[in-house]
Amino acid sequence: MLINVLKTSDANEKQVTDETVYNQRRDILKSMGFIGASALLTSNSAQAGFFSSDDKETFKTRALDYAPANQLHSEALTPEEKIITHNNFYEFGTGKSDPVENAQQFDVNPWSLRVEGLAEDPFTLDYDELFKQFPLEERIYRMRCVEAWSMVVPWIGFSLAALLKKAKPLSSAKYVAFETLYDPKQMPGQKSRFAGGGIEYPYVEGLRIDEAMHPLTLLSVGLYGKTLPPQNGAPIRLVVPWKYGFKSIKSITRIRLTDKRPPTTWNILAASEYGFYANVNPTVDHPRWSQASERRISSAGLFSRNRIDTKMFNGYDQVASLYQGMDLRKHF
Amino acid sequence: MSVAYSFKLKPAHLPWLKLSIHLGALIPLVLTYYQAFSDQLGGDPVTALLHFTGLGAFKLLLLSLTITPLARTFKQGLLINVRRLLGLYSFAYAFAHLVSYVLFDLQLDWTLLLSEIIKRPYITVGFAAWLILFSLTLTSTKKAQRSLGRRWQTLHNFVYLAVSLVALHFLWSVKSGLAEPLIYMVMSAALLLYRRDKLQRLVTKRIKNGQKLKK
Repeated sequence: MLINVLKTSDANEKQVTDETVYNQRRDILKSMGFIGASALLTSNSAQAGFFSSDDKETFKTRALDYAPANQLHSEALTPEEKIITHNNFYEFGTGKSDPVENAQQFDVNPWSLRVEGLAEDPFTLDYDELFKQFPLEERIYRMRCVEAWSMVVPWIGFSLAALLKKAKPLSSAKYVAFETLYDPKQMPGQKSRFAGGGIEYPYVEGLRIDEAMHPLTLLSVGLYGKTLPPQNGAPIRLVVPWKYGFKSIKSITRIRLTDKRPPTTWNILAASEYGFYANVNPTVDHPRWSQASERRISSAGLFSRNRIDTKMFNGYDQVASLYQGMDLRKHF
Repeated sequence: MSVAYSFKLKPAHLPWLKLSIHLGALIPLVLTYYQAFSDQLGGDPVTALLHFTGLGAFKLLLLSLTITPLARTFKQGLLINVRRLLGLYSFAYAFAHLVSYVLFDLQLDWTLLLSEIIKRPYITVGFAAWLILFSLTLTSTKKAQRSLGRRWQTLHNFVYLAVSLVALHFLWSVKSGLAEPLIYMVMSAALLLYRRDKLQRLVTKRIKNGQKLKK
């Protein structure tokens, strides 16, 4: 076991990057050169502890060119090293710190994202096109996990709607189905049921077409100004901020327009606990735990009062009209 | 079973054995809490603490229940002397588990604690197991043993119920991936199976007592 004894000269969490400095980050990056800068920005004592214990190299992310979020988010961002070390990505192991430990060798280039199904113009994007085909923008979203913890993440990406419109969906397309890469050689969790938490792979997810076309629904290719690290779903992942985190499928290789409701991974595993919709809803508890409140993962440590009330649709009330007339207790 | 085994545990070995149990239980506990307080325990130190202390309590409980079979099989009667220590450390971990849950996870929201204990079966059984281990800890002294007389053994037989409840608590608490809790369940079952005669006697005695009361 490795213990980092913090010297008094070491920075503590409170001293990490001030917001104003963060907002100038792109200028700083430009002035410093990308590679050196990203190495500097990501190094801190906690992370050094994770990787210095072995010789494995950390996955290299690179700075992205994007339009910064134009509105300041009222909630504090979850620190980057928390976002990239606390992950549910069973393809790389079921523990929260397994993905950061097992995914660093993950090869994302070349990549192929196929958009197909009930569409006039199916197409495929390669790795470079993921970052160039659509203008990238930053969106600061709350991410609420079904396990009752949450984060605030500065994502970078583009609307799923923009991608789908490019394929020209047929009017018969009622749902969108997503699929994660299936590559047991690179993803140890896919090698056996035991390693992968009993899940059937590849991981699949789905949205109703109107949910998929909603302007909030994001395809993310980066966070905190850089490309996604593998543990967060590199090179491209879905982010549906009003739904529980497991809907936001990672490392997508296939998006298919369909007229039938597609099967979804957690629903297959336990239909009584995880529905197709999985909208964040404080009034519908998970059968085994309460969803009324959540713990916000922040920098403040063990004694922070970070238990907060969970909001309907994770606070994104603008999606309520999508579900008008539906019994959300039944369609959880 | 006759095992040709020359090693025999002597009274002089006991302090060393106990010392290694003290160190083996305390060092990981102190280190893990140090890492949690200095925010070196991954993205969510609260969950990490809960998993570590919960699993630690379970492991120590299983270890304490392994002592009797070990002592009998290898004819090391003196080994029984470390059983209580392991049991006490099991409760120490369980205590840290509950305190961390209330303090860091629920953050002293007592109404939420109460409703979780009532509404969530896995919390209910976990809390029941905690209460059993707590009462066993309170009555772990020689003095308590003397003053309780025959009732002491009756009370301490509840450890078999406790280990079953802990196994259930673990199984019900995971989101998926039943392999690990099932392995622990099998280990618990094996240790109970070793005591099947005793458990059978206990159960039939209960039933008879119940029938007597009805008459």
